[in-house]
Amino acid sequence: MSIPKDLLYTETHEWVKLEGKEAYVGITEYAANELGDLVYVNLAEEGAAVVKGEAFTDVESVKAVSDVMSPISGMIAEVNEELADAPEKINEAPYEAWFIKVNNITDAEGLMDAAAYEAYLETL
Amino acid sequence: MKLVFERSVPGRNTAYLPKLDVPEITLNAELREKKLNLPELPEVEVDRHYTELSKQTRGVNGGIYPLGSCTMKYNPAVNEKTAALPGFTDVHPLQPVETVQGALEVFRETERLLTKITGMDAFSLQPAAGAHGEFTGLLLIKAYHLSRGDQARTKIIVPDSAHGTNPASAAMAGFEVVNIASDDHGYVDLDALRAAVGPDTAGLMLTNPNTVGLFDPHILEITGIVHEAGGLCYYDGANLNAVMGIARPGDMGFDVMHINLHKTFSTPHGGGGPGSGPCGCKAFLADFLPGLRVKEADGTGLVEGKAASTIGNMRSFAGNFSVIVKALTYIYVLGKEGIPATAKNAVLNANYMMEQLKDLYPMAFEGPCMHEFVMTLEKMKEETHVSALDIAKALLDYGIHPPTMYFPLIVHEALMVEPTETESKETLDEAVQVLRQIYADALAAPEAMHEKPLTTPVRRLDEVGAARNPVVRYRFAD
Repeated sequence: MSIPKDLLYTETHEWVKLEGKEAYVGITEYAANELGDLVYVNLAEEGAAVVKGEAFTDVESVKAVSDVMSPISGMIAEVNEELADAPEKINEAPYEAWFIKVNNITDAEGLMDAAAYEAYLETL
Repeated sequence: MKLVFERSVPGRNTAYLPKLDVPEITLNAELREKKLNLPELPEVEVDRHYTELSKQTRGVNGGIYPLGSCTMKYNPAVNEKTAALPGFTDVHPLQPVETVQGALEVFRETERLLTKITGMDAFSLQPAAGAHGEFTGLLLIKAYHLSRGDQARTKIIVPDSAHGTNPASAAMAGFEVVNIASDDHGYVDLDALRAAVGPDTAGLMLTNPNTVGLFDPHILEITGIVHEAGGLCYYDGANLNAVMGIARPGDMGFDVMHINLHKTFSTPHGGGGPGSGPCGCKAFLADFLPGLRVKEADGTGLVEGKAASTIGNMRSFAGNFSVIVKALTYIYVLGKEGIPATAKNAVLNANYMMEQLKDLYPMAFEGPCMHEFVMTLEKMKEETHVSALDIAKALLDYGIHPPTMYFPLIVHEALMVEPTETESKETLDEAVQVLRQIYADALAAPEAMHEKPLTTPVRRLDEVGAARNPVVRYRFAD
C-alpha cells in the first residue's frame, strides 16, 4: 500500500498536502480500499469553514455512506468538482483525487507523518 | 429471459371486442399524441412470463432467508385470507364511519394489542415503513420539546452500531446527529453517552437488542442518563422479534418507538411489501400522534378523530390497511402464549446455528446471542483473500439467501445471520452444513470463490455500475 512521504495523515485516514499557506485534502489508499468502490461524492461548499476533526463532506460506496473529516481548520478555497462525475478517481488514484483546497489555515497541528501513519495502520 | 414487451406480438390480444355499433370519433390529438406501448400477449403467455420471473428470484417460500436485521420470517397464508375478506377489501377510507365499523375496530384492536406487547400507551398505524415510523417518532420528540418552549434541544444521539436509517431520519426531522462509539462488547459506551448528553439533547435512538444481536444489560442506566439530561428515548423496533412478549420497550425506559409489522408481525417484506411501521409512544406524547385516531362514541360505535396537538398526516388516510389486518391476524393466531414463544424460538434458533458454526466461523462478539449473530471473516480475508461477499455469493449456489453483509459497520467483513423462528431444526442443520462446506471449499480453493455463484440466472452484478448509472425504466426502440 502506498503512503507518500510528502503528505501528512490522520487516524481517520485523510491525507493533507501542505503547500505554503494552502493545503489539499483527500482520503488515503487504505480508506479507499476499506470503503470499496465509491459511487457518489457529496461536494463540499466553496467558502465554507472546515474544523479539524469535524466532517466536511461524505462519500458513498457500494457498502456504506461515510463522513470525511477535515484534518485541519481553515476555509475551503476550492472544491474538486471533477469528483462529482468521477468518484472512481478516488479509488484509482487516492493521492491525486483531492477533495478540497484549504486556505486561511488556523490549525494544522497533531498530524502524523508517513512513518507514523504506517505504524498506525499496523495496529489496526 | 425476455421482458414482457419483448414477448409482445402486435395484434395478439387476449380480449376481442364485439363489432362497433356506435359512430366512431377521433379524440382530440392533444389528448393522446401516440399509441401507448402496451404489450400484446395471450393470457397463457402472460402467466408464463410471471411464473418465469418468480423462478428467477429467491424468497422465503423457496428456502431459508437468514438476512440479519430483516426478520424474513414466513408469511402465514391465513393472513392473506383475512386481508382478502370483502369487508376489508371493498371499503373506501371516505365511506361514512357507520359503514366501516369493522375496519375501525381493526385499528383500535391492533393499537390495543401493540401497546400491550410494547408497554407504550398509544400507537399511530399511519407510518408506511420502518424509517417512516422513525421519522414520525422524531417529529413527536420535536413537537414535545417545542410545546414546552424548549428550543435548545437540537441533537439526537445515535450509537455507531445503529441502522443507517436512524441518523437519516434524525437529519430529515431537522436534528443534528451526534454519533457515539460502542464499547468492546458492542454495547453503548456509558461514559461516551454521559459526555454526549446535555441541555441540547433532544433524544437518543437505540435498537435493543442491538445490531450485533446482543441485549444491552445497561439499558435502564442508558435511558436514565438521557432522561436525567432532559432528553427522550427512541426505541427502534427492528429487533423486537427477539423480545416480544418477554421484555417491553416501555419498561426499559423508552418514550417513543416504531414497530416493523413487515418484520416482527409476519407481513410481506422487501419486494412483496408494502411495509407498515406503526409509531407508539407514552401517554404524555399521545396528543401529538399523526393521522386517524379511533375513539368510542356514546352508543354510536367507533368514530374517527385526530389527536389534540397532532403533528399532522404522515401519509394519506390511515396507513397500509390490509397490512395492518395481516399483522392483527398474526397476533390473534399466536395469542398471549404464542407471542413470547415466537421470540424464544427465534433466539433459540440463532443460538443453535451460532453454536454449530463458531468453531469455524469467528463470531464478532462472545457469549449467547439474541435472535441474530454476527460472524467476522476478517481473518479469512487476510489469509486467503476470500471475503464475506464471496461466502455470501457462494450460498446462492446452495439455494440459500445470503445473510446481511458488511453490517453493522463496526464489524469488519461481517456476515449477520438471523434464521428466525419459522425454520425447523432440519433446515437449520442443512444451512449449517452448507456454511461449513463453503468454509472448507474456501480454504481448499480460494480463487474459485471469487467466481461464485455459478448456477444462478445472473452471477455477480455490477453494483458500482448500477449505483453510478442506474437504469430504472425500459426504453422502447422508437
